[in-house]
Formats: sequence, structure tokens, C-alpha cells
Amino acid sequence: MPAARQLELVINGERRSAEVEPRTLLVHALRDGLGLTGTHVGCDTSQCGACTVLLDGRAVKSCTMLAVQAEGAEVTTIEGFARNDELHPIQRAFVEHHGLQCGFCTPGMILTASDLLTRAPDPDDATIRRALRGNFCRCTGYQSIVDSVRAAATALREGEAA
Amino acid sequence: MEHVRPSTLDEALEGLAAPDAKALAGGQSLLPVMKLRIVRPSVLVDIGRLELGGVHMSENELRLGALTTWNELESAQELERPALAALAECASGIGDLQVRNRGTLGGSLAHADPASDMPAVVLALGAQIVLRAASGERTVSAEEFFLGPFTTALGPAELITEVVFPLVEGSGSAYVKVEHPASGFALAGAAAVVRPDGGQSVALTGMGGQAFLLASDANPVDALPDAEIYGDRFAPVEYRRHLAGVVARRALDRARERMEGTGE
Ligand SMILES: Cc1cc2nc3c(=O)[nH]c(=O)nc-3n(C[C@H](O)[C@H](O)[C@H](O)COP(=O)(O)OP(=O)(O)OC[C@H]3O[C@@H](n4cnc5c(N)ncnc54)[C@H](O)[C@@H]3O)c2cc1C
Ligand code: FES
Ligand code: FES
Repeated sequence: MPAARQLELVINGERRSAEVEPRTLLVHALRDGLGLTGTHVGCDTSQCGACTVLLDGRAVKSCTMLAVQAEGAEVTTIEGFARNDELHPIQRAFVEHHGLQCGFCTPGMILTASDLLTRAPDPDDATIRRALRGNFCRCTGYQSIVDSVRAAATALREGEAA
Repeated sequence: MEHVRPSTLDEALEGLAAPDAKALAGGQSLLPVMKLRIVRPSVLVDIGRLELGGVHMSENELRLGALTTWNELESAQELERPALAALAECASGIGDLQVRNRGTLGGSLAHADPASDMPAVVLALGAQIVLRAASGERTVSAEEFFLGPFTTALGPAELITEVVFPLVEGSGSAYVKVEHPASGFALAGAAAVVRPDGGQSVALTGMGGQAFLLASDANPVDALPDAEIYGDRFAPVEYRRHLAGVVARRALDRARERMEGTGE
């Protein structure tokens, strides 16, 4: 087995070093190597989106990516999403619009929504549902998640205008 | 297993000469099959950062780099024309947002999953696939490229570098699929091209061992009864043959509407 090596990653704006083997998945490096357990493993088969993180701002499934593939890129996990101890507007919208129950899917939902809203600041419901297609929720029935993303879009647009 | 990240195409081809070496592009097909231990590479040659991307349009052809992602295809303004509309239409229906951010054109064609979408489009549009090995470059037509389930004309130490589409001015194209509701892969997918001289092509995917062109000069749908179509637990053969007709006709209609400027 090839020896583990120290991998330098930029995570939530900080330079971090983690010990990984070539085969280590990004999600395992985050959770086991760096203690960032906000990124969840729901299926490990690329289906559920619970492991979604942002790679240079784009949503990716961290169970379907090797840690070594993230070298040199900026990784954002849910731990780094709040701004200076204040919830991000997308997080706040999920709280206010009942976008979560057990919360297991929520980090992935929020980071996928972030990717969508940076590209499409004013999405209709069909666009929101299409963007969240790779994120499963076993609790909410999705409607309140769609409501949350729509509210977040409004909040972000108004924040921008202010 | 080792991971190497070559910085040039030549280095990548050198790396692929090792026994059981595998190229890694977006990883959206390779990592799932590695997790299942179906593939156990000794070396992963990470081509993800080579300069093999990009949408390049010239007067009479479109060249797409192998590393062009689904997301780049679905949002490329150059492709917003009837003759090439099938490309973005197909890419936007693949997987989900996360998969489209990582998955690449070259990876999908090389993987050659018989239920994958894009093979039908490259066949219908008459694309040429450019392959590079240490010994040199060759070009094969899409028809010569797909040989069977997960089997292509690619040699073990060869890479797809780009895919070249002839531009037929005034033509229209479309991709229509009926997808498996859970996986999103095609139960039946059809890509169609309609040309101003009356010519039309249809290619089907999700039907059998590999995507294929329906051979007929007049109406490609007439060739359906003779096409080799497989049944499985998701779609028995009669049902799938029926679906094939439905998606083929819809794709032809949409391609014609685009050609005539009456569609979107
Ligand atoms: C949840 C999920 C849903 C999906 N849904 C769909 C769907 O609806 N329709 C669909 O068509 N696909 C679907 N896919 C597959 C997806 O489109 C993959 O991205 C694509 O098939 C492979 O591209 P990749 O860049 O990820 O390739 P990789 O996984 O990196 O590689 C795949 C194979 O191709 C080889 N390879 C990669 N690049 C090259 C190259 N340039 N030259 C030679 N060989 C190369 C690799 O060695 C490997 O054998 C889905 C995948 C997932 C995880
Ligand atoms: S854990 Fe990655 S998609 Fe489910
Ligand atoms: S809130 Fe429980 S899985 Fe979505």
C-alpha cells in the first residue's frame, strides 16, 4: 500500500494539512482527518447528496471525489459557511421556513442551494427542484426546502441591493 | 494504488503505459465502480487538470475538449443554435447538479455505459473522436468507437483528447429520453438530426449493448422493428421497443421544429 502523505488543502479559507492515502475520499479526509463532521455520509454511492461540499464555489459530492483531487482548490464545508458567527442567509432561511427536521440532509441542501443561487439569483420553483435533484431528504417532503431556497434567494437579492 | 497528476498530455500517456493504470477525469463513473471493486487500478493518472477542455467553434465544425463538463455544455452560448441544440439538451438532463459539475464528455464516452445519454448525440451528429496514444493521434467516427457495453475502440494507453462535430448549417437537432425515475439514466433515449436537404438521422441509447444509429435513408423510425433491443427488469423488450419509437418520433419532431424555427 502506498504510504499516506500529508496533503495541503484550503478548507473554509484556512490552509489545513491532512494525512491521506491516494484512495482516501474527500469526505473521509474532512470527517476523520480534520474533524469536520458537518459533512455527512448518507449513501456512499453518489446518490443522496448529504456529502455535498463546495469546490471553488461549485457543489460536488465529496464521497465521489478523492481528497488528492481537491489539492489546490478551495473547499467550503457547512462549518465555514456562516459569516463571522452569523448564519448565512441561506441557513437563516432554512431555520425560518422549516427547511429541516432531523437535519441530516441539510448541509448538502444548503451548499447545493448556494451553487444554484450564485448562478441563478432568482430561480422559479421548477429550477430549485431541478437543482436539488441530487439531494435526498427523508423528512420534510421537500416543499419546505423549496420554500427555504426561494426565501433565501429573495434575502440574498435584497442583501445585494442594500 | 498510486495517484499521479501529470502536467502534460505526453506525461499522462507515459503514465498510462503502466499495467492496470487508469485515467481519472471527473471520477463520476470511475470512483463508483472502484468502490464496488469492479475496477482496481494500480495507478490513477489524474488528467483532470490537463488543458483538454473548452468549446471551440469555427466556421464548419465544433471541437469539444474531452474534459468539457456537462455543466459547461449546458451553459455554453456557442451551442445555442438549432444544429447543436441536442448537446446542451442532453447534458442538462444528465444526473444532477453535482454530477454535472464534475462529469466530463470524454469520461462518459470512454466509460460507454449502455444507458448513458451522450453516445446517442455524438452518433446522430456524426461526430469524430480524436484519440492520442504515445505512438500518435488517430481519429475514429462515433460509429466505429462504440463496440459494446463498457467497450470502445480506445486502447489501454490511449486518451480521448477531443470530439469534433461537423456543422450542418440550417439543420436542427434534439435529444429526448424517458429516464429511470431513480437513477436518471435512459430507459430509452433518442438523438435526432434533421437537415435542410431532407436527410434525417436518429441514434438510440439505453436499448442494448451500446448506442447505435437507426439505419434508414427515408424515415429512421422505419428501421426500429429490425433494431436489436434488450429487455431487463426495468423495461421488458416490447415496452422498450415501444418507448424507442416514442422518443425517436419526439426527437425528430423537436429537431424539425428547431430547424424550421418554430421550436425553442
Ligand atoms: C449519481 C449519478 C448519476 C448519473 N446520471 C447519469 C445520467 O443520467 N446519464 C449519463 O449519461 N451519465 C450519468 N452519470 C455518469 C456521469 O455522466 C459521468 O460523469 C460520466 O459517465 C463519466 O465522466 P467522468 O469525467 O466522471 O469520468 P471518470 O469517472 O473519471 O472516468 C470514466 C472512465 O473513462 C475513462 N476516461 C475518462 N476520461 C478519459 C479520456 N479523456 N480518455 C480516455 N479515457 C477516459 C476512465 O479511465 C474511466 O474508465 C451519472 C453519475 C452519477 C454519479
Ligand atoms: S454520501 Fe455522497 S452522495 Fe450520498
Ligand atoms: S431533514 Fe431529515 S433528511 Fe432532510
